[in-house]
Amino acid sequence: MQVDVVSPEKLLFSSEAISVEIPGADGDMTAMANHAPLITTLRPGVLRVVQEKDTSEYVVTGGFAELGQGVSVLAEKAVLRADFDKKMFDELVAVAEESLEAAKANMTGDAVDMAAKFLSDFNILGESLGFK
Amino acid sequence: MPSLKDLKNRIESVKNTRKITKAMQMVAAAKLRRAQDSAEASRPYTERFNSVLSALASANAAGSGGPQLLVGTGKDQTHLLVVMTAERGLCGGFNSNIAKLAKSHALKLLEQGKTIKILTVGKKGRDVVKRDLGEHFIHHIDLSEIKSIRYTDAQAISKSILERFTAGEFDIATLFYSKFVNVVTQIPTAQQVIPARFDEDEGTKTEIVSYEYEPTEEEILADLLPRGVGTQIFAALLENGASEQGARMSAMDNATRNAGDMIDKLTIQYNRSRQAVITNELIEIISGAEAL
Repeated sequence: MQVDVVSPEKLLFSSEAISVEIPGADGDMTAMANHAPLITTLRPGVLRVVQEKDTSEYVVTGGFAELGQGVSVLAEKAVLRADFDKKMFDELVAVAEESLEAAKANMTGDAVDMAAKFLSDFNILGESLGFK
Repeated sequence: MPSLKDLKNRIESVKNTRKITKAMQMVAAAKLRRAQDSAEASRPYTERFNSVLSALASANAAGSGGPQLLVGTGKDQTHLLVVMTAERGLCGGFNSNIAKLAKSHALKLLEQGKTIKILTVGKKGRDVVKRDLGEHFIHHIDLSEIKSIRYTDAQAISKSILERFTAGEFDIATLFYSKFVNVVTQIPTAQQVIPARFDEDEGTKTEIVSYEYEPTEEEILADLLPRGVGTQIFAALLENGASEQGARMSAMDNATRNAGDMIDKLTIQYNRSRQAVITNELIEIISGAEAL
């Protein structure tokens, strides 16, 4: 199936692939050919595109994925896992922490929970990448 | 009648000006290519994003209780005009065309008794707005430090706009920027971003597939709409960047050509006066010899 990974700045990946592992907002999912049409938002995590010969991994921070005939992932920020270093991670965590503080100060309920979840998603991501 | 020395200096200085405009033209040409490349690179994202968002929005617009970013606040009293221009001048009518469009739009709104607030991106637009509509100016976002526009810059602008929207500072937001058609044509454009607007034909183009949504449709829409504002601003910034360089390139091309014409004219004048001086001297010598 056709898989496209795009960020606002460029087209990162566009090719045939066997399956895609997507860090969906409600949990990870693996999409293969002829998946039922679905739109999901992304949480911070690792997106894995499996091809016949090799596998590419991207660290994504948010956005959404559209599953239909093929899969298009529209990531707000997507970086090759090999290029993703501790410095970038720390910057993202700092932003997440800041937005949690801001949410706590100005908003209530869902917004705070969302910001807290966003931060904890990052922490889990950091652990799995070995930055913690 | 200027003296020979004056003319010589004049020619020299026009030649220097021509060198500068020629250099600026070449720099603009190089930058234009880069700007076009990045505009090109962002297109797949923007197109897909808009097609998904418009499909979601049209499915959601039927029920009226949608998010405010989509259906609006129910009023259209306060308008926010986001005027996006360049940080530098010397690019022909680029900045003034955008400012002119924004100004006529603003005056029309004021005539209808609406309140307007103006946010500027880019120094040149701010100067015009402050001069002509100073009392409506609320904020300026500075991009002069930024060499190549990244998505995070657009996000920062969209964040500042969204914060104002959530605080209830305005009802409708419109972007003013220049669409890049080619090097000689850039069209100043007004585009409404809040509440979100989708082109009708774009909406019909997307095939109707009943998607499943994860989490719910409303949550996705609430997540995507703010991102949509950022995406639109990013696209506008890139279009503007390409337009600016295109406008500068053609302006500098004109300036170089004009300088060349001027040099030709001045050189002819210089040669004429030189010949006149020689002729005069000869007449003096001959008439002196005849008098003897």
